[in-house]
Amino acid sequence: MNPALSVILLTTLIGAGQGLFLALFTAQSYTLFGLLPKAADAQAFYTYGSLIAMLLLLAGLVASFFHLGRPERAWRTATMWRTSWLSREVIVLPAFMGTVFAYGLAHFSGVNPVLVTLGSGIDIDASVVLGVLGTVLAFALFLCTAMIYASVRFLREWATPLTVLNYTLLGGASGFTLAAAFSASAAPERLGFFAAWALVLTLLGAASRSASLLRNARLKPTSTLQTAIGIKHPRIVQKSQGFMGGSFNTREFFHGRTRATLRAVKWGFLLAAFVLPALLLALAVWQRSGAPLEAAFIVQFLGLLAERWFFFAQANHPQNLYYQAIA
Amino acid sequence: MTQLALVIDLNVCVGCHACVTSCKQWNTSGSAGPLADFEAYGKNPTGTFFNRVQTFEVGEFPNTQTVHFPKSCLHCEDPPCVPVCPTGASYKRASDGIVLVDYDKCIGCKYCSWACPYGAREFDEERKVMTKCTLCVDRIYDQALPVAERKPACVMACPTSARLFGDIHDPDSVVSEAIRDNAGYALMPEWGTHPANHYLPRRKTPMHIHKDELVRVDNPLKIDGLLPKPAKSEPSLDDVMSW
Repeated sequence: MNPALSVILLTTLIGAGQGLFLALFTAQSYTLFGLLPKAADAQAFYTYGSLIAMLLLLAGLVASFFHLGRPERAWRTATMWRTSWLSREVIVLPAFMGTVFAYGLAHFSGVNPVLVTLGSGIDIDASVVLGVLGTVLAFALFLCTAMIYASVRFLREWATPLTVLNYTLLGGASGFTLAAAFSASAAPERLGFFAAWALVLTLLGAASRSASLLRNARLKPTSTLQTAIGIKHPRIVQKSQGFMGGSFNTREFFHGRTRATLRAVKWGFLLAAFVLPALLLALAVWQRSGAPLEAAFIVQFLGLLAERWFFFAQANHPQNLYYQAIA
Repeated sequence: MTQLALVIDLNVCVGCHACVTSCKQWNTSGSAGPLADFEAYGKNPTGTFFNRVQTFEVGEFPNTQTVHFPKSCLHCEDPPCVPVCPTGASYKRASDGIVLVDYDKCIGCKYCSWACPYGAREFDEERKVMTKCTLCVDRIYDQALPVAERKPACVMACPTSARLFGDIHDPDSVVSEAIRDNAGYALMPEWGTHPANHYLPRRKTPMHIHKDELVRVDNPLKIDGLLPKPAKSEPSLDDVMSW
């Protein structure tokens, strides 16, 4: 497939936004149950954290519109949620954004009434309810985004549960790394908590992405030129694809890069998305210092852009069998 | 149930591209708007087509076959491109099984083209919507046309009648008979899409030449061979000349 920048930005930006929100609410849950000390300025921490998550989600949403030929009709996409994962994503994304907004607003305005008090004296206020709802929606959004790709069974490289796992873990890793970088200035006492979680998620993401790379390296194509044109002969060569210039079929489904480029991008993203951030995060946890965290987030995000590019470029569409020779 | 479809006879197709040009002509002139072309006379001409003819060489020289392969939407009975559409613009008509795109609902996200293993859909860069073969839905029901012409433009144009059109759910239709009698097959059966369009394979028409067809038993020229040959001891012309 030919990677589209709009889709690369959409999936990486909203992934980081979702991860950041999950990080914020994880910290709030830990605090709620007394596992983490209260932040010095909780209101500012959660408000600005939610704001950054909102901006990332908004930027992803804006990027997604550049993928559409007719963006003015985008409202129609919410209609086919019964069958289409893309439609489901279009419903869940605004719902999640609305929840993040309400969550941030509850913290910012202080309008955060206690709804229930648990037996052990733990107050469940509105922000906790919104946080739980947001967490469910964040995971639902990871599922929807990944299933858009994993449900296309013709693209064997994508059609695996590992795709869902990767989207979730990689989005979570970048979000937690961002939370750690953000906490370095906003709530330094939580830096170790976020950085440690970011490290765990980065390592888990490295494991699951490596697993999908290994899986894809062993894939055998289901369709062959023999089944594509229905002729049984071991040697079939295309002599003409029917036209000399390009067409949608030659532009959308071929990345046009060499194998060497693909290999370089693969090792590049393994280094930038996993190895370097893991080292920087480990350094931050070890030294309790926020200095390496901004670099960790930037390097990891660039690495994830490369990862997403590779994700699309690696997928080999069966229609390519029909476009092997110009003339 | 009706399932309209094309049956394409690879044994007859000569790769003349008449179906390609007639398809383009008909569908670029319709009410749905033109199939855009860019740089038509430039270095890299490109444009939207619903139908392409490709050429494959099967086998190794000198035992090769050139196969011309017309390729358009197969109007799958279980079309994978339809459920993925987020707006419902991509749909399969229950009445006749034609897979269509509602150009007024399409948002141009191209997801349906990813979900088609055959690459049958082409995004129109001018209208910014996904387009595909309509089986000339604006032709086949046109009451203004004579009944014999209520067929897709490609079928009308084919000079060798390599393209048949009809209802593959009707066992007595010309297409069902052709599929049955000539071993019609579907493309990429491994995906379970059940394409409605079928292809008829190349068929060898071997010529069996028996010896008696080369040498006629009643050939008058061969009657000489039946005459008794003179024995070696009998006088010949040589004997006369050498004395």
